[in-house]
Amino acid sequence: MTAYAHPEVLVDTEWVAQHLNDPQVRLVESDEDALLYETGHIPGAVKVDWFTTLQHPVRRDFLTKEEFETLCSSLGIANDTTVVFYGDKSNWFAVYAFWLFEYYGHQDRRVMNGGRAKWVSEGRMLTTTPLAYPPTTYHATGPAKDIRAFRDDVMRHLESRQPLVDVRSTKEYTGELLHMPGYPQEGAQRGGHIPGAVSIPWSQAVQEDGTFKSPAALRDLYQAHGITPDKDTIAYCRIGERSSLTWFVLKYLLGYPKVRNYDGSWTEWGNLVGAPIEKGEGA
Amino acid sequence: MTDSNSLPARLEEIVNDFEVCEGREKLEMLLDYARSFPPFPGHLQRPDEMEEVPECMTPVQMAAEVKDGALYYYFLVPEESPTVRGYAALMMEGLKGSTPEQVLAIPADFYLRMGLQHVLTAQRLNGMAAILAHVKRRAATELN
Repeated sequence: MTAYAHPEVLVDTEWVAQHLNDPQVRLVESDEDALLYETGHIPGAVKVDWFTTLQHPVRRDFLTKEEFETLCSSLGIANDTTVVFYGDKSNWFAVYAFWLFEYYGHQDRRVMNGGRAKWVSEGRMLTTTPLAYPPTTYHATGPAKDIRAFRDDVMRHLESRQPLVDVRSTKEYTGELLHMPGYPQEGAQRGGHIPGAVSIPWSQAVQEDGTFKSPAALRDLYQAHGITPDKDTIAYCRIGERSSLTWFVLKYLLGYPKVRNYDGSWTEWGNLVGAPIEKGEGA
Repeated sequence: MTDSNSLPARLEEIVNDFEVCEGREKLEMLLDYARSFPPFPGHLQRPDEMEEVPECMTPVQMAAEVKDGALYYYFLVPEESPTVRGYAALMMEGLKGSTPEQVLAIPADFYLRMGLQHVLTAQRLNGMAAILAHVKRRAATELN
């Protein structure tokens, strides 16, 4: 295996630099930090915030389809726009946004390999100039239920012994690390992992500079843990952002046909009354 | 001076500044703090991480020194985390020269008055809660 299964979903920083003034392309910065975009962003890029923009304002869920349409319109994104996502933390939240845009049927989605950090490390330009695009008329489709797993799906998956991938760090997987004191709202009542889930930390899929590992290295990594293309796989982490990166790797870089992201992840599972949990090293 | 519900004078001023400004301006003000985040003083040893945090949270390092019974806090926060840098910078400024008793008297939810939860969402104030808990633990060690 010498190439990614769907190489068109990745663009490099040079491609982005060449398309800064391309009206067909909209750059979207999606960061963990709520203020990072404001400290400087790629010229022309708009911002989405995983929490205040992409999530429903009241219940724990994403925007509704209608709200998603309004969002795209306000960002100047039309149905045929090429949307390129990039962000901090090795693109976790960029891929999370990419996943949500797929959920609501946006066709042309790309990720800037290496994310914001790579752009910055190459000394490329950032700006704080505010910008706005004329609103579009946007029609969302979906939701694409085949890329999202809910807790009941996970329960069935575990009962039928189908593969689950826990992409958190090792200490979160074993249950040694639950949450930090003073962060109760982001924690869970119990630590550990979903029984049967294999531990493949997300970070093993990326290199030092934030870009993805080679096709062969990725294939070996997942296959060594029994995560093969013929299976129906669910990935999870703590709030669903790191696992969207693993979902992206499995679906787009390796071409696995059936992969879902469990966005409820540990902050749901570790708080569910009666949900089975395994601690320690696991399988 | 250590009335149970009061804030150190400079922190009180900062909280008031945030309280009186509207939505977007609150974020601008937090960004200004982030931009003015001071370098870690060379004469102090680089501190250990505050707590071990799950990798999707921001690691914060803190050190403090005591001069004439007053505390001076210093933080290390990654540059790509301006929100947490903003919190740390305003705490550094607001607590400068406070006594351990004053730090310990700060109500755990003092920052709610700043209203940042309306523009950042409540979850993002966790960093503030964690920093406050940590400066208090450090202040408590001075009294033991």
